[in-house]
Amino acid sequence: MKLAYYPGCSAESTARDMHRSTLAVAGALGIKLVEPQGWSCCGATAAHQTDPVLAAALPAANLLLAGDMGLDMVASCAACYNRLKSANHHIVNDPALRRQVRDAIGRDYDGSVRVRHFLEVLFEDVGLDAIRPALQRSLSEVKVACYYGCLLVRPPGVMNFDDPENPTFLDDLVELMGGKSLDWPCKVDCCGGGLAMSRTDVVVQLTDAILAMAQKAGADCIAVSCPMCQVNLDMRQKDIAKTTGRRYDLPIVYITQLLGLCLGIAPEELGLEKLFVPPTKIIDALGAEM
Amino acid sequence: MTMRITKEKTERGLLQQVKELAGVDLRVCFQCKKCSSGCPVGDWVESPPAQIMRRLHLGAGDELLESDLVWVCVSCQTCSARCPMGIDVAAVMDALRTLALEKGADSARGTVPKFNRAFLGSVRRYGRTYDMGMIASYKFRTFSFMKDTDKFPQMLKKRKIALLPSFKADRKTVKRIFKTTQRPKGGQK
Ligand code: SF4
Ligand code: SF4
Repeated sequence: MKLAYYPGCSAESTARDMHRSTLAVAGALGIKLVEPQGWSCCGATAAHQTDPVLAAALPAANLLLAGDMGLDMVASCAACYNRLKSANHHIVNDPALRRQVRDAIGRDYDGSVRVRHFLEVLFEDVGLDAIRPALQRSLSEVKVACYYGCLLVRPPGVMNFDDPENPTFLDDLVELMGGKSLDWPCKVDCCGGGLAMSRTDVVVQLTDAILAMAQKAGADCIAVSCPMCQVNLDMRQKDIAKTTGRRYDLPIVYITQLLGLCLGIAPEELGLEKLFVPPTKIIDALGAEM
Repeated sequence: MTMRITKEKTERGLLQQVKELAGVDLRVCFQCKKCSSGCPVGDWVESPPAQIMRRLHLGAGDELLESDLVWVCVSCQTCSARCPMGIDVAAVMDALRTLALEKGADSARGTVPKFNRAFLGSVRRYGRTYDMGMIASYKFRTFSFMKDTDKFPQMLKKRKIALLPSFKADRKTVKRIFKTTQRPKGGQK
């Protein structure tokens, strides 16, 4: 199984841990990921809040690279995944936009390179039945609140990724690993995403509500798949404690980190030391050593 | 709730421009307000999404671009996902932001557009985002030098911030894209 892999800019900074754990899990499951040479930023929230052509052209330039390799494009970052897939959708449905994108890049792109999320590949190509026998450690009843956020599931007509209001693929993986996935109401709530720096006040309030609900549900940790959710929920716990006095101490782990641990990969290969709130409890429960 | 609406004199009002940019037909909005109730920032803003839709529909002009939601909207797309009429409300919000930048609205001088400019500036320069450069540029634009500086040492230690930009991107193509898509008063300067 070979796929073009789009790491996204955060793989080189805030989400090295997501990047490393994705590569480690792919390696353990025999998925070959190839980075397209010269990939560039997808534009993220800033581009689509600025200009629709820019927002489509930046992802399109990258999808052309995957197209040249004759491969599907897989992303691990929920935000990149959303931008790449949205660009395809708009280019296919809007011929005028397609022309503008062509003029911007200097090459026509028809929107046909298939965009996948790494989890989709796990479910559809590898399959849970093939993952099960590869598991070496169990999450042994660790209580996990699965947090999907916005970008994997919305807008539903474009993403077509599980149920947009009550998705379960993260929960299914957690259960497969022997953990206990919690029933809680904030699965697809928004953490404030791209406003992390520009409107910190908004982010602190939104993350506080999510963390409080996870704690109330009895969570030992929150599993995420988006670098913005991870950073916001992880890093803001200190600010929340300072402004409200509420302490959560909830580790915010990437689902690929949990899966990596269960596949027997060493914690340092999964970037677990990078979390602000250390996941000691989970690592102990798994009998791994950090 | 009181709504103030200044009708556009020209025929091509904001409604038409939004429609062209977002490709949505917002006449089918029947004000069920589901978009507002699911909006994570709905409680904090004066004009939640349903009100924006209504004002647009009634022929509001450029003053709509100064509504607080325009730049507080976090682009979570909950509104689009839940609208029973299938209106892409989040795309309307994107269109309003694009217009605010283009027309030089006052709201386009806030922290969010400044952050976006700093972000896109680093993408245009390096082809990828470069946190340190972007953060420095944003802090310079907003004079918020001290905010969040307590996080820096830890982020550096955990290598959550790259010290140097990456030079591996196809910068030629990215530069070309920015050059061609630069709108008249675009926000990419
Ligand atoms: S959810 Fe849709 S129909 Fe209902 S008020 Fe919002 S835009 Fe109008
Ligand atoms: S996309 Fe913007 S307007 Fe729509 S629900 Fe989210 S924050 Fe509110």
